[in-house]
Amino acid sequence: MPKDEFLHFEDMSPGTVFPLGPKSVSADEIISFAMEFDPQPMHLDEEAGRNSILGGLAASGWHSCAMMMRMMTDSYLLRTAAEGAPGVDFVKWRKPVLAGDVLQGETRVLDARESKSRPGIGIVSLRHELRNQNGETVLESENPVMVRLRPAETAQS
Amino acid sequence: MIIDQAFEPGTRQELGGHVFTAEAIIDFARQFDPQRFHLDAESAKDSVFGGLCASGWHTAATWMKLNLASNAIEAKKAQDEGRALPEFGPSPGFRNLRWFKPVYAGDEIFYSRTIRGTRPLASRPGWSILELSSEARDSQGELVMSFDSAALIRFPEAADTE
Repeated sequence: MPKDEFLHFEDMSPGTVFPLGPKSVSADEIISFAMEFDPQPMHLDEEAGRNSILGGLAASGWHSCAMMMRMMTDSYLLRTAAEGAPGVDFVKWRKPVLAGDVLQGETRVLDARESKSRPGIGIVSLRHELRNQNGETVLESENPVMVRLRPAETAQS
Repeated sequence: MIIDQAFEPGTRQELGGHVFTAEAIIDFARQFDPQRFHLDAESAKDSVFGGLCASGWHTAATWMKLNLASNAIEAKKAQDEGRALPEFGPSPGFRNLRWFKPVYAGDEIFYSRTIRGTRPLASRPGWSILELSSEARDSQGELVMSFDSAALIRFPEAADTE
Protein backbone atom coordinates (compact mmCIF):
# COMPACT_ATOMS: atom_id res chain seq x y z
CA MET A 1 0.00 0.00 0.00
CA PRO A 2 1.40 3.43 -0.86
CA LYS A 3 2.34 5.44 2.21
CA ASP A 4 -0.02 8.29 1.39
CA GLU A 5 -3.09 6.09 1.06
CA PHE A 6 -5.66 5.95 3.85
CA LEU A 7 -6.31 2.76 5.77
CA HIS A 8 -9.82 1.43 5.25
CA PHE A 9 -11.93 -1.31 6.79
CA GLU A 10 -10.31 -3.84 4.46
CA ASP A 11 -6.88 -3.01 5.93
CA MET A 12 -7.97 -3.80 9.48
CA SER A 13 -8.57 -7.54 9.49
CA PRO A 14 -8.44 -9.37 12.84
CA GLY A 15 -4.88 -9.85 14.05
CA THR A 16 -3.56 -6.64 12.46
CA VAL A 17 -1.23 -4.88 14.92
CA PHE A 18 -0.32 -1.17 15.12
CA PRO A 19 2.52 -0.08 17.42
CA LEU A 20 1.87 2.59 20.08
CA GLY A 21 4.61 4.88 21.40
CA PRO A 22 7.25 5.08 22.69
CA LYS A 23 6.12 8.08 24.71
CA SER A 24 8.08 9.41 27.67
CA VAL A 25 6.02 11.01 30.41
CA SER A 26 7.46 14.07 32.15
CA ALA A 27 6.62 15.44 35.58
CA ASP A 28 5.64 18.75 33.95
CA GLU A 29 3.09 17.08 31.68
CA ILE A 30 1.61 15.10 34.57
CA ILE A 31 1.24 18.23 36.72
CA SER A 32 -0.10 20.36 33.87
CA PHE A 33 -2.86 17.86 33.02
CA ALA A 34 -3.70 17.35 36.69
CA MET A 35 -4.02 21.09 37.37
CA GLU A 36 -6.64 21.30 34.64
CA PHE A 37 -8.59 18.05 35.10
CA ASP A 38 -7.55 16.02 38.15
CA PRO A 39 -5.94 18.18 40.88
CA GLN A 40 -5.34 15.45 43.47
CA PRO A 41 -2.11 15.61 45.48
CA MET A 42 -0.59 12.40 43.99
CA HIS A 43 -0.90 13.91 40.50
CA LEU A 44 0.49 17.32 41.51
CA ASP A 45 3.34 16.77 43.90
CA GLU A 46 6.26 14.32 44.01
CA GLU A 47 6.25 13.90 47.76
CA ALA A 48 2.47 13.53 48.00
CA GLY A 49 2.74 10.90 45.26
CA ARG A 50 5.44 8.98 47.15
CA ASN A 51 3.26 8.95 50.24
CA SER A 52 0.19 7.74 48.32
CA ILE A 53 -0.85 4.24 47.22
CA LEU A 54 0.57 5.12 43.77
CA GLY A 55 4.13 5.43 45.12
CA GLY A 56 5.29 8.48 43.16
CA LEU A 57 4.18 11.47 41.10
CA ALA A 58 1.62 9.64 38.98
CA ALA A 59 -0.35 10.63 35.89
CA SER A 60 -4.12 10.95 36.21
CA GLY A 61 -5.74 7.88 34.67
CA TRP A 62 -7.58 10.26 32.34
CA HIS A 63 -4.21 11.64 31.29
CA SER A 64 -3.02 8.11 30.50
CA CYS A 65 -6.11 7.68 28.32
CA ALA A 66 -5.43 10.97 26.56
CA MET A 67 -1.78 10.00 25.99
CA MET A 68 -2.92 6.65 24.57
CA MET A 69 -5.25 8.53 22.23
CA ARG A 70 -2.31 10.59 20.98
CA MET A 71 -0.26 7.45 20.42
CA MET A 72 -3.20 6.03 18.42
CA THR A 73 -3.55 9.14 16.25
CA ASP A 74 0.20 9.22 15.61
CA SER A 75 0.40 5.51 14.81
CA TYR A 76 -2.64 4.92 12.59
CA LEU A 77 -5.78 6.95 13.24
CA LEU A 78 -4.77 10.07 11.32
CA ARG A 79 -4.23 7.90 8.22
CA THR A 80 -7.40 5.84 8.74
CA ALA A 81 -10.75 6.58 7.08
CA ALA A 82 -12.23 6.62 10.59
CA GLU A 83 -15.61 8.05 11.54
CA GLY A 84 -15.17 8.23 15.29
CA ALA A 85 -15.76 5.82 18.13
CA PRO A 86 -19.11 5.19 19.85
CA GLY A 87 -17.36 4.49 23.14
CA VAL A 88 -14.92 2.41 25.13
CA ASP A 89 -15.83 -1.04 26.48
CA PHE A 90 -13.34 -0.74 29.33
CA VAL A 91 -10.13 0.87 30.50
CA LYS A 92 -8.13 -0.85 33.23
CA TRP A 93 -5.49 1.25 34.96
CA ARG A 94 -3.34 -1.70 35.95
CA LYS A 95 -0.30 0.13 37.36
CA PRO A 96 0.51 3.78 38.07
CA VAL A 97 2.14 5.77 35.24
CA LEU A 98 4.94 7.63 37.02
CA ALA A 99 7.02 10.66 36.02
CA GLY A 100 9.92 9.47 33.85
CA ASP A 101 8.12 6.37 32.58
CA VAL A 102 8.39 5.49 28.90
CA LEU A 103 5.19 3.96 27.56
CA GLN A 104 4.78 1.77 24.55
CA GLY A 105 2.49 -0.97 23.38
CA GLU A 106 0.15 -1.80 20.59
CA THR A 107 -3.37 -1.78 19.22
CA ARG A 108 -4.55 -5.17 17.95
CA VAL A 109 -7.63 -5.69 15.77
CA LEU A 110 -9.89 -8.22 17.51
CA ASP A 111 -12.83 -8.25 15.13
CA ALA A 112 -14.09 -6.42 12.04
CA ARG A 113 -17.61 -6.54 10.61
CA GLU A 114 -19.64 -4.46 8.22
CA SER A 115 -22.39 -2.31 9.72
CA LYS A 116 -25.89 -3.57 8.93
CA SER A 117 -27.46 -0.17 9.49
CA ARG A 118 -24.84 2.02 7.78
CA PRO A 119 -23.78 0.83 4.32
CA GLY A 120 -20.14 1.57 3.57
CA ILE A 121 -19.14 1.56 7.24
CA GLY A 122 -17.38 -1.18 9.18
CA ILE A 123 -17.11 -1.63 12.93
CA VAL A 124 -13.59 -2.57 13.98
CA SER A 125 -13.03 -3.82 17.55
CA LEU A 126 -9.64 -2.85 18.91
CA ARG A 127 -7.65 -3.94 21.93
CA HIS A 128 -5.01 -1.55 23.27
CA GLU A 129 -2.22 -2.26 25.73
CA LEU A 130 0.47 0.06 27.11
CA ARG A 131 3.52 -1.10 29.06
CA ASN A 132 6.19 0.84 30.95
CA GLN A 133 9.98 0.58 30.50
CA ASN A 134 10.01 -2.45 32.84
CA GLY A 135 7.57 -4.32 30.63
CA GLU A 136 4.76 -3.98 33.16
CA THR A 137 1.30 -3.47 31.71
CA VAL A 138 -0.03 -0.10 32.88
CA LEU A 139 -3.19 0.22 30.80
CA GLU A 140 -5.50 -2.14 28.95
CA SER A 141 -8.54 -1.11 26.94
CA GLU A 142 -10.93 -2.28 24.25
CA ASN A 143 -13.13 -0.18 22.03
CA PRO A 144 -14.89 -0.21 18.67
CA VAL A 145 -14.20 2.35 15.93
CA MET A 146 -16.17 3.10 12.76
CA VAL A 147 -14.08 2.80 9.61
CA ARG A 148 -15.20 3.40 6.02
CA LEU A 149 -15.01 0.59 3.49
CA ARG A 150 -12.69 1.20 0.55
CA PRO A 151 -14.68 2.96 -2.20
CA ALA A 152 -15.57 0.56 -5.03
CA GLU A 153 -13.80 2.59 -7.75
CA THR A 154 -10.46 2.34 -5.95
CA ALA A 155 -10.86 -1.27 -4.84
CA GLN A 156 -8.31 -2.42 -7.40
CA SER A 157 -5.61 0.06 -6.45
CA MET B 1 -16.52 2.43 59.49
CA ILE B 2 -18.88 5.35 59.02
CA ILE B 3 -20.45 5.47 55.58
CA ASP B 4 -21.79 8.94 54.91
CA GLN B 5 -25.32 8.92 53.50
CA ALA B 6 -23.93 10.71 50.43
CA PHE B 7 -22.53 7.28 49.47
CA GLU B 8 -25.78 5.31 49.83
CA PRO B 9 -26.66 3.37 46.66
CA GLY B 10 -28.90 5.39 44.37
CA THR B 11 -27.71 8.79 45.60
CA ARG B 12 -27.35 11.10 42.62
CA GLN B 13 -25.10 14.12 42.76
CA GLU B 14 -25.30 16.92 40.20
CA LEU B 15 -21.74 18.04 39.44
CA GLY B 16 -22.55 21.26 37.59
CA GLY B 17 -22.02 22.49 34.07
CA HIS B 18 -19.00 23.24 31.90
CA VAL B 19 -18.84 25.29 28.69
CA PHE B 20 -16.55 23.82 26.02
CA THR B 21 -15.01 26.79 24.20
CA ALA B 22 -13.51 26.38 20.73
CA GLU B 23 -10.18 27.47 22.19
CA ALA B 24 -10.17 24.78 24.88
CA ILE B 25 -11.37 22.09 22.42
CA ILE B 26 -8.52 22.93 20.04
CA ASP B 27 -5.95 23.17 22.82
CA PHE B 28 -6.84 19.71 24.15
CA ALA B 29 -6.91 18.24 20.63
CA ARG B 30 -3.50 19.63 19.73
CA GLN B 31 -2.00 17.79 22.67
CA PHE B 32 -3.95 14.56 22.67
CA ASP B 33 -6.32 14.03 19.75
CA PRO B 34 -5.32 15.95 16.62
CA GLN B 35 -8.13 14.73 14.36
CA ARG B 36 -9.42 17.47 12.08
CA PHE B 37 -12.95 17.64 13.56
CA HIS B 38 -11.34 18.53 16.93
CA LEU B 39 -8.79 21.00 15.53
CA ASP B 40 -10.31 23.27 12.95
CA ALA B 41 -13.86 24.64 12.59
CA GLU B 42 -13.61 25.02 8.81
CA SER B 43 -12.24 21.54 8.20
CA ALA B 44 -14.74 20.03 10.65
CA LYS B 45 -17.70 21.27 8.57
CA ASP B 46 -17.40 18.49 5.99
CA SER B 47 -16.42 15.83 8.54
CA VAL B 48 -18.72 13.14 9.91
CA PHE B 49 -19.54 15.41 12.89
CA GLY B 50 -20.35 18.51 10.81
CA GLY B 51 -18.59 20.98 13.11
CA LEU B 52 -15.79 21.54 15.60
CA CYS B 53 -16.36 19.18 18.53
CA ALA B 54 -14.47 18.11 21.64
CA SER B 55 -12.36 14.97 21.83
CA GLY B 56 -14.33 12.34 23.72
CA TRP B 57 -11.43 12.21 26.17
CA HIS B 58 -11.82 15.95 26.79
CA THR B 59 -15.51 15.38 27.64
CA ALA B 60 -14.52 12.48 29.92
CA ALA B 61 -11.63 14.26 31.70
CA THR B 62 -13.94 17.22 32.40
CA TRP B 63 -16.16 14.85 34.40
CA MET B 64 -13.19 14.27 36.71
CA LYS B 65 -12.63 18.02 37.05
CA LEU B 66 -16.23 18.61 38.13
CA ASN B 67 -16.32 15.45 40.24
CA LEU B 68 -13.36 16.68 42.28
CA ALA B 69 -14.79 20.19 42.56
CA SER B 70 -18.00 18.69 43.92
CA ASN B 71 -16.05 16.53 46.39
CA ALA B 72 -14.22 19.63 47.60
CA ILE B 73 -17.52 21.41 48.28
CA GLU B 74 -18.86 18.34 50.12
CA ALA B 75 -15.63 18.11 52.11
CA LYS B 76 -15.89 21.74 53.17
CA LYS B 77 -19.49 21.20 54.24
CA ALA B 78 -18.55 18.11 56.25
CA GLN B 79 -15.68 19.98 57.89
CA ASP B 80 -17.97 22.87 58.84
CA GLU B 81 -20.43 20.38 60.36
CA GLY B 82 -17.64 18.57 62.22
CA ARG B 83 -18.19 15.30 60.32
CA ALA B 84 -15.25 13.03 59.48
CA LEU B 85 -14.33 12.85 55.80
CA PRO B 86 -13.77 9.85 53.59
CA GLU B 87 -10.42 9.72 51.80
CA PHE B 88 -10.36 8.96 48.08
CA GLY B 89 -7.74 6.70 46.52
CA PRO B 90 -6.92 5.64 42.98
CA SER B 91 -9.33 4.09 40.51
CA PRO B 92 -8.91 0.65 38.90
CA GLY B 93 -10.66 1.87 35.74
CA PHE B 94 -14.03 2.28 34.07
CA ARG B 95 -16.29 0.46 31.63
CA ASN B 96 -19.25 0.98 29.34
CA LEU B 97 -18.18 4.46 28.32
CA ARG B 98 -20.48 5.70 25.56
CA TRP B 99 -20.22 8.90 23.56
CA PHE B 100 -23.79 9.38 22.32
CA LYS B 101 -23.49 12.83 20.73
CA PRO B 102 -20.63 15.16 19.84
CA VAL B 103 -19.95 18.11 22.18
CA TYR B 104 -19.73 21.13 19.88
CA ALA B 105 -17.85 24.36 20.51
CA GLY B 106 -19.93 26.57 22.78
CA ASP B 107 -22.00 23.71 24.24
CA GLU B 108 -22.59 23.68 27.98
CA ILE B 109 -22.50 20.15 29.35
CA PHE B 110 -23.98 19.14 32.70
CA TYR B 111 -22.48 16.25 34.62
CA SER B 112 -23.81 13.96 37.33
CA ARG B 113 -22.80 10.82 39.20
CA THR B 114 -24.90 8.18 40.90
CA ILE B 115 -23.62 5.88 43.62
CA ARG B 116 -24.05 2.20 42.72
CA GLY B 117 -22.59 0.78 45.90
CA THR B 118 -19.57 0.26 48.09
CA ARG B 119 -17.87 -2.94 49.22
CA PRO B 120 -14.87 -3.47 51.51
CA LEU B 121 -11.64 -4.34 49.72
CA ALA B 122 -10.20 -7.56 51.13
CA SER B 123 -6.72 -6.82 49.79
CA ARG B 124 -6.49 -3.39 51.46
CA PRO B 125 -7.94 -3.34 54.97
CA GLY B 126 -9.72 -0.08 55.72
CA TRP B 127 -10.40 0.67 52.07
CA SER B 128 -13.58 0.07 50.08
CA ILE B 129 -14.40 0.10 46.38
CA LEU B 130 -16.93 2.77 45.46
CA GLU B 131 -18.89 2.07 42.26
CA LEU B 132 -20.40 4.93 40.31
CA SER B 133 -22.43 5.53 37.17
CA SER B 134 -21.95 8.92 35.59
CA GLU B 135 -23.67 10.96 32.91
CA ALA B 136 -23.11 14.07 30.85
CA ARG B 137 -26.06 15.86 29.23
CA ASP B 138 -26.38 18.88 26.97
CA SER B 139 -28.55 21.93 27.70
CA GLN B 140 -31.53 20.16 26.07
CA GLY B 141 -31.09 17.35 28.59
CA GLU B 142 -29.93 14.89 25.95
CA LEU B 143 -27.34 12.34 26.99
CA VAL B 144 -23.92 12.97 25.44
CA MET B 145 -21.83 10.54 27.51
CA SER B 146 -22.19 7.91 30.21
CA PHE B 147 -19.86 5.45 31.93
CA ASP B 148 -19.47 3.21 34.97
CA SER B 149 -16.39 3.67 37.12
CA ALA B 150 -14.90 2.68 40.44
CA ALA B 151 -12.56 4.28 42.95
CA LEU B 152 -10.94 3.33 46.22
CA ILE B 153 -12.38 5.11 49.22
CA ARG B 154 -11.53 4.96 52.91
CA PHE B 155 -14.42 5.80 55.17
CA PRO B 156 -13.56 7.26 58.56
CA GLU B 157 -13.37 4.82 61.47
CA ALA B 158 -15.88 5.32 64.26
CA ALA B 159 -12.99 5.27 66.72
CA ASP B 160 -10.95 7.91 64.88
CA THR B 161 -11.66 10.58 67.46
CA GLU B 162 -10.49 8.51 70.43
